[in-house]
Amino acid sequence: MQPFTQLTSDAVWLDMANADTDQIIPSRFMRTPRAQGYGGFLFHDLRFDAQGVPKVAFPLNAPAASEARIIVAGENFGCGSSREAAVYALADFGIRCLVAPSFGDIFRNNAFKNGILTIVLDKSEIEALRGASRQAGAGIRVDLAGQSIACGGFSARFEIEAFWKECLLAGADDIDLTMRDRGEIEAFFEQRMQACPWLVPGR
Amino acid sequence: MQPAAATLFAKLWEPHVVTSRPDGRTLLFIDRHLLHDGSFHAFARLREKGIPVAHAELCLATPDHYVPTDAGRSLAMVKDPTVLRVLRDFESNTAAAGVQAFTLGDARQGIVHVVGPEQGFTLPGVTLVCGDSHTSTHGALGALAFGIGASEVAHVLATQCLWQLPPRTMRVLIEGRLAPGVYAKDLALAFIRAIGTSGATGHVVEYAGDGVRGLTIEQRCTLCNMTIEAGAKAGFVGPDDVTFAYLEGRPLAPKGDAWKAAVAYWRTLVTEEGALFDREIALDAGKITPMVTWGTSPEQAIAIDGYVPDLRDARDDDERKGMASALAYMGLASGQPITDAAIDQVFIGSCTNSRIEDLRIVADVVRRIGGRARVPTLVSPGSGAVKRQAEAEGLAATFVAAGLEWREAGCSMCVGMNGETVAPQKRCVSTSNRNFAGRQGRDARTHLVSPATAAATAMLGRLVDVRTVL
Repeated sequence: MQPFTQLTSDAVWLDMANADTDQIIPSRFMRTPRAQGYGGFLFHDLRFDAQGVPKVAFPLNAPAASEARIIVAGENFGCGSSREAAVYALADFGIRCLVAPSFGDIFRNNAFKNGILTIVLDKSEIEALRGASRQAGAGIRVDLAGQSIACGGFSARFEIEAFWKECLLAGADDIDLTMRDRGEIEAFFEQRMQACPWLVPGR
Repeated sequence: MQPAAATLFAKLWEPHVVTSRPDGRTLLFIDRHLLHDGSFHAFARLREKGIPVAHAELCLATPDHYVPTDAGRSLAMVKDPTVLRVLRDFESNTAAAGVQAFTLGDARQGIVHVVGPEQGFTLPGVTLVCGDSHTSTHGALGALAFGIGASEVAHVLATQCLWQLPPRTMRVLIEGRLAPGVYAKDLALAFIRAIGTSGATGHVVEYAGDGVRGLTIEQRCTLCNMTIEAGAKAGFVGPDDVTFAYLEGRPLAPKGDAWKAAVAYWRTLVTEEGALFDREIALDAGKITPMVTWGTSPEQAIAIDGYVPDLRDARDDDERKGMASALAYMGLASGQPITDAAIDQVFIGSCTNSRIEDLRIVADVVRRIGGRARVPTLVSPGSGAVKRQAEAEGLAATFVAAGLEWREAGCSMCVGMNGETVAPQKRCVSTSNRNFAGRQGRDARTHLVSPATAAATAMLGRLVDVRTVL
């Protein structure tokens, strides 16, 4: 996994609440092997009409959007289906950081697992960020170690669980990390199955 | 000093803690892992890393998202090569890992959240995960069950554990009984409307009170299933005699002495008097009426005899914007009676409402109204076992005689991944769980309802208050 330390980028502003993962990636694209790239599927049905023609008004179709690494969105971003493909679509489009007043729980886990930082700011902070971004005409600066997000005259601290912060900073694959605890896990398993024999399916 | 009274959640969580760190992160042992045909991303990841499946015996797999539900189906009739590849990968991945899989021809195949409880794979007191958000369903039996993404599926396959941070707790106290014509689905929609689709984010929800005790396991499944639509990580009901009666004798449930030991333990899985929750909510089941969604989020629900809401009633600008875009997408106008909407088709199925009790209710409504269905209606049972039961009880014959299309088990038109979709701008009344834009097909319009309301809609060709036909 690619580590996340600092990032400076323009943002795409998605002015919608409850952007569910069915909209982030419609289900019909999820059977595509990841190697083929998921970036083209991101918000597909909002980005393209039924003939595949880009809808110019949709923010991700703005010429600058392809360079943006940050999306700022409304509350409850990524609610709904657990499909990690929604995160693949964001990652393959080039997004490394999401800012919103709240996120769907499973989506947020999926994002972290793929090296995408989610930042929770309240609505007033997001409005201030938007104002500063318009005025400064400069990129948004995100510093994970310092837990800060800034742009022009705007600066805010964000909260993130120590666990996720550490994983993102190191770009660590948590399967590899947990595999080191296999001995402890197997001892736990043996003990648990002995204490609760009914746990073995069909016993 | 007395020890603090424990919540059911604490009793579900603590026995699974392998290790925990000062920052709160906890390595949680997973007792049960359900897999489906969408799990290929996770298997691919394990292959990449060269790591085997740690505990195949704690896994159970059944294909559901991509399977066709046509009568007499087989892999040979799957025309889309990418769908065929997904289904073949499912069979080869589970076979190579030694995971028990109910493949397409197996009479036990079905929707993963119907199959788990039905086979007795889901048990009280276990941790259960699946790469699907509706895994919350299994909380109906008193399990701590939650949906995970593909990376976490790979992590569980490799280690049988997950790193978790302890969630916050919410108790939903439900008093009173549902009135005739009102079902667990209506209760779930009323709850989601009350707290919003992110109202329970970061929380696990314990449903308690007489209103829940009076529900059957299948009704509890519907309620817990929809808990994710309120943003919750999990929803569950403390196990009781209803739970034990449901489970006893199921193929994968414990037997003999193991059963007795299990029940003795399960009886301890109760929230103790005085236990504290981060949040508590009370609902009066007796006041709930049949519900229907009008918009593109499950919280956008109203009583069936209600009106499409007015933009002026929005709480704030964000809600107004969301309502306006939902109205445009749904082709509805503020103030119109929801029952005026012209209905094109009906879908009865999904992990929310495809169990035998649901189908009994559907058959009852179909018989009461009589005649032939007025709009095309698809009925997809939750599993092969449900299908055979419905056929043995004569429910299937009722459906077929009324012109409903009786199909095989799968997720089908809830999510449309197998190609069974609703056409653009068509309006579908559905017993499924999500009315998101594009969920049932590009530009398809979905109204979520109970099986009874869906059946009445099928027979009368419009949304109706099912209380008027019972």
